[in-house]
Amino acid sequence: MDKKVLIIGGGPAGIETAYSLALQDVKVVMIEKDANVCGNIQNWEKLFPDFKDAEEVRKILSQKLNHPNIEVITNTEIKNLYPQGNLWFAKNDDERIFEANAALLATGFEVFDAKRKEELGYGIYDNVITSADFEKMYKSRKILTAEGRVPQRIAFLNCVGSRDEKVGNHYCSRVCCINAVKQAIEFKELVPDAKAYCFYMDMRMAGQFYEELYRKSQEKYGVTYIRGRTSEAAVTRDNRIQIKAEDTLSALPMKMTVDLLVLMVGIEASAGTTLLSEQNDVLGLYGFAKPLGLYSEDNMTTKPGLFLAGTCKRPLTLPETLADARSAATDIIKYLKTTK
Amino acid sequence: MKNWGFKISKPRVLDFDTANLDAYNRLIEKVPSAHRCLMCGACTATCTANLHTTFNFRNCHLMFRRGQFEGLAEELDKCMLCGKCKLVCPRGVNTRAIIYNLRIVLSDLNYKKIEL
Amino acid sequence: MNTIKKHFWNEYQKEIANDNYYYERSCIRQSFFPGSETAFLKILRDELGKKIIDDQHQHTCTGIGYHSDIVQFDTTMTICARLFSLMSDNELKNFVPSCVTSFGVFTEVVETWNQFPEELEKTRKFLREATGREFKIPENIAHPSDIIYKYRKELKQKMKYQLVNHKTGKPLRVVEHTGCHYGKIFSHHAVGGAEFPQVLAGMIEEWGGEVIDYPERRHCCGFGFRQYLVMANRGYSVANTKKKFESMEEYKPDFVLTNCPGCTMFMDRWQYTIAEMEGKTYDDNGMGIPVLTYEELAGLLLGYNPWDLGLQVHQVQSESLLDKIGIAYDPADKFIGKSGKFIGIPEKPEILKVDYDG
Repeated sequence: MDKKVLIIGGGPAGIETAYSLALQDVKVVMIEKDANVCGNIQNWEKLFPDFKDAEEVRKILSQKLNHPNIEVITNTEIKNLYPQGNLWFAKNDDERIFEANAALLATGFEVFDAKRKEELGYGIYDNVITSADFEKMYKSRKILTAEGRVPQRIAFLNCVGSRDEKVGNHYCSRVCCINAVKQAIEFKELVPDAKAYCFYMDMRMAGQFYEELYRKSQEKYGVTYIRGRTSEAAVTRDNRIQIKAEDTLSALPMKMTVDLLVLMVGIEASAGTTLLSEQNDVLGLYGFAKPLGLYSEDNMTTKPGLFLAGTCKRPLTLPETLADARSAATDIIKYLKTTK
Repeated sequence: MKNWGFKISKPRVLDFDTANLDAYNRLIEKVPSAHRCLMCGACTATCTANLHTTFNFRNCHLMFRRGQFEGLAEELDKCMLCGKCKLVCPRGVNTRAIIYNLRIVLSDLNYKKIEL
Repeated sequence: MNTIKKHFWNEYQKEIANDNYYYERSCIRQSFFPGSETAFLKILRDELGKKIIDDQHQHTCTGIGYHSDIVQFDTTMTICARLFSLMSDNELKNFVPSCVTSFGVFTEVVETWNQFPEELEKTRKFLREATGREFKIPENIAHPSDIIYKYRKELKQKMKYQLVNHKTGKPLRVVEHTGCHYGKIFSHHAVGGAEFPQVLAGMIEEWGGEVIDYPERRHCCGFGFRQYLVMANRGYSVANTKKKFESMEEYKPDFVLTNCPGCTMFMDRWQYTIAEMEGKTYDDNGMGIPVLTYEELAGLLLGYNPWDLGLQVHQVQSESLLDKIGIAYDPADKFIGKSGKFIGIPEKPEILKVDYDG
């Protein structure tokens, strides 16, 4: 097919769509704002719920980009995306113009900036970290406090930046609960004698094998789950973190001091997602892009030739993102075949 | 002593820094399935003793987990050990064994001694 | 190391008027800390050369009644409107309420009028019918602690003393406590926001001291209106103060700095109550931890006579702090009032130690 598709974003959604299109003889130009492809999963070490090495997934995805029909352009941030006639155009700051028959937004998500929940002390207290920071530490298989000590007590707080109207995010980020279970297990494997607590509002274990992993974390690893939202973190004299919550099941206020507090940061629309959606009148709630419909039109938009894939639409897990990307490719090919 | 007309209220907070949380390990040694409890309350809903006394197995288990032992032995003594709770548990927790072993641990900790 | 090292509070800056203030006095501060408001007026006029009107016609803002559910909001709005009309009489636009709760009430009333213009019209009608008066909404409402914070650097230039132990040269360690109604009603009206207000911490750091970040820093001082006003509930009030002092004890603070009448009052007086009930004080010498208002602190460092600032009227006596800073004072002067007459010596507590013989 003598047609070309622009893919904005070189994360899993962009790569998987690009490869699916390339296999169907469609030319793809994939434009990534960073130096490297693979997006957010570059920051993850192991994946839930099967502890798969994220590096393996990155390798598989990167190899797909070797297909001759795919041109990858990195270090290029698209600031302007617009249609003209039947064509789509994308521009970066240097006014470099890319032209194609269709465009796909695969601009993905950013993790919630935990500093916005001031009361939890991220960026203020040394021993408050985020789930993303935990992953970085885990690369070296060393989870340590700022002082270099092995934590004897760690707490994971769910719903930081999710299900919270105070930060404007009413939605559930879907991945944090299971990620907390995964990280609690990883921690307990490194420090079996330590205590791991997880504070939750609801444990949302909807994915396949999530509930099983949750059960295993309790049974095999003794992770303690406390239903209650932590209201406040403060520092103690020895630079540990005192947290307060309600133990809602006993209806009593509780407090505990932990060596390390991990904030399970949620998923937010990336700046690129919001910018390019807004330009094309496809901006939905919370800065995410809005698909034409929830069912068979989930990869389409109100703009002919503009498609969506992955977490630019809403929080999704990695397998969901990949499936969504392949589904987007199907719709794009259908569109290319029926449009001049 | 002056009569102030009030006393300093005792804190109600569950303090995980001072509570005896290690006693729970003794229960786990005997009943490993206790770890799996989700506090769903099915045990308490089906409980016969719960119908006509204040006995609440879920809450007894929770308070023991939290290291709060006061009054627990007296509550556990209201159980008839019928085991109906064990039938409904979605996570296969050996509830009856928890009650039985909790009572022994509490006795060892000098809460309402029992002779075995 | 544990102070606010990453200064988020920079994001919460507020507009504080430069000059020409209308001062609205507190109903309780003049009896609890009788030197504070006078010191504030003196600092503004004599040290900073500002114009500030201290009006004899003013009255309550209803704050205590409002927050105890015995005054309804319509009444509060109308009474605040009358105070604003007094400000208008003086051709001033910058309103400065001495009390943190008053500050909260005024900002809440003005915000209500902004959000619900019909409430403003209703208040105008009520005030007109009751008093024949008209009023203008202030252009700027700032708490006096905001103004001292704004001019903390200028004041430092004039200060005779620093928050430094003059014998060891080490910074004094200070607990700061900001009143709830300063930042918790509208965080954007607070320097530094609601979680980590900077208004007092900024003064302490600028004047040479070190702010203590302790676990219960954000816990209630123990006032809380309802929990204190009914005697049977006072156990809750004192329990909250106790929780704070237990948490700060190991940091060995040299003193506590506050900007709210309730906080100053309760953190000071409940130390006496806890000592008498339980025999416990939270310092090493059984004398308690001094609790100062920011005006008293500024006055002390500017070299004002501690007894003119009213420090003798506090429950916890402050000589130990004066000695640390190296402030000269005359013990014989302590209970001689401004008029030169002997004002009497308070009864001596049984447990809490004081430096006088009552």
